[in-house]
Amino acid sequence: MNWHSPSEFFAMGGYALYVWGSVIACLVCVVVEPLLVRQRRRTVLSLLRRQRVAEQIEREEQAA
Amino acid sequence: MMTKVNWFKYSSPATFYPLAGQAMPIFAALAAVLCVAGLWVGFFVAPTDAQQGEGYRIIFLHVPTSWMSMFIYLVMAFWSAMGLVFNTRLSGMMAAALAPTGAMFAALSLITGSFWGKPMWGTWWVWDARLTSELILFFLYLGYLGLHAAIDDPRRADKACAVLALVGAVNIPIIYYSVQWWNTLHQGASVSVTRSPSMAHTMLIGMLLMALAAWMYSIAVALSRVRAIILERERRTDWVAELKEVAA
Amino acid sequence: MTTSFMAVLRRDLLLAMRRKNEVLTALFFFVIVASLFPLAIGPEPRLLRKIGPGVLWVAALLSTLLGLHRLFADDYADGTLEQMALSPAGFAGIVTAKMLGHWLLAGLPLVLLAPLLGVQYDLDGGALLLLTLTLLLGTPLLSMIGAIGAALTLGLRGGGALLALLVLPLYIPALVFGAGAVEAHVAGLTYSGHMALLGAMLVVAAFFTPLAVTAAIRIALE
Repeated sequence: MNWHSPSEFFAMGGYALYVWGSVIACLVCVVVEPLLVRQRRRTVLSLLRRQRVAEQIEREEQAA
Repeated sequence: MMTKVNWFKYSSPATFYPLAGQAMPIFAALAAVLCVAGLWVGFFVAPTDAQQGEGYRIIFLHVPTSWMSMFIYLVMAFWSAMGLVFNTRLSGMMAAALAPTGAMFAALSLITGSFWGKPMWGTWWVWDARLTSELILFFLYLGYLGLHAAIDDPRRADKACAVLALVGAVNIPIIYYSVQWWNTLHQGASVSVTRSPSMAHTMLIGMLLMALAAWMYSIAVALSRVRAIILERERRTDWVAELKEVAA
Repeated sequence: MTTSFMAVLRRDLLLAMRRKNEVLTALFFFVIVASLFPLAIGPEPRLLRKIGPGVLWVAALLSTLLGLHRLFADDYADGTLEQMALSPAGFAGIVTAKMLGHWLLAGLPLVLLAPLLGVQYDLDGGALLLLTLTLLLGTPLLSMIGAIGAALTLGLRGGGALLALLVLPLYIPALVFGAGAVEAHVAGLTYSGHMALLGAMLVVAAFFTPLAVTAAIRIALE
């Protein structure tokens, strides 16, 4: 085991800014990217649902 | 006996969509497990470096992001070629789904490279061969994304970007070689990202685990993005209208 | 094949001559950009000698970019490009003629002007000659690679800036070896490797770019 205490771990031998900076940058990207994809999916699904409802209304009007 | 597999069946967006939906969580889970394992090895098992202290641990992030940014570009070029040769729509969609993730990894590679460079070489940016090549790769990704966004017709966008991706892929070795040449002329020794020759075994294992994690992550994100793209492109078809998510 | 090649080349040159100002504007851009750097950095000759080859190469690069988006745009707009694509004479040959026309109008003048501008940077005779030679090999390369970008961005809004974004990364090898050759000479090192690579890239591009450009134009015409 490399670390003798949590504070040692967070200090990273003086390189804390650089190591944790990199970790945070990667974390942010890996969290934000899937969220953006999920948002894209939700947008297109709501568009499709609205389209389906609109077509249904059109069909009912034509049948009437 | 061996039945002939009809691979082209899976090039139809309609058959690929559910398949991608089932596969995605598996890759996401693999990515999470590998990432935890890789970070464990990288931060708790791998020893302190003699010269670079704890700062070297950034390589467990920097090297995988670099590798993935290059690997994804090659995969994009592959799907671009497939799309141009076989005229399959899904190939173009797959390339378009990969591009943002590839650009993200290229950006992360530059960011982590900067964070690594500042304590080691004293400056936030160094014009060494690898970082410079990575920067140019990032530009190539931006060009791909820019061209795709500028063309309204999705099929034309896919095909134009396919040509661009292939031209870029052919140029990447030339660019890499020219930057190497440029670097050795203008600077003395080039700084090496991977410490040679005897890197501790654990360091190598940590890097490999993180690289695999990044790979699984890329596949998972690309599969979910391509599903969104398929829905966008195929929204006027019956099979989309009858999907559980839409008909609900 | 050659008659259609010459016909297209003649047509492009004739059309450009009727609108000389576009050609001249790109040349003046080259001259002005080359003059900007001493103004920005200071007139000290030793510094200028060091940056001269690089600055002139970058200025040539940017100046070539200026005229690129018009390479196919006019013909695309009035339908001529579509006819060229259908021509039995071979589209690749016609595209090559257009690229050659672009080089004659946008590249060759830069090659001829460069030695004059090199004097502003206090480059000696050998360096000036080498600069001219590298540009002579490099500018056709820039025209050909640029044509790929022009073909991909046909008819798009914001075409010029997007074209630059697409094409500039691909220009980097030519820039590295072209400017590098002159810098090597100034530093007293051999430059034959640079020249050989420039020549090799030119030959490879001459072979492959017509293919890429015709593919890109056909995609735009669909």
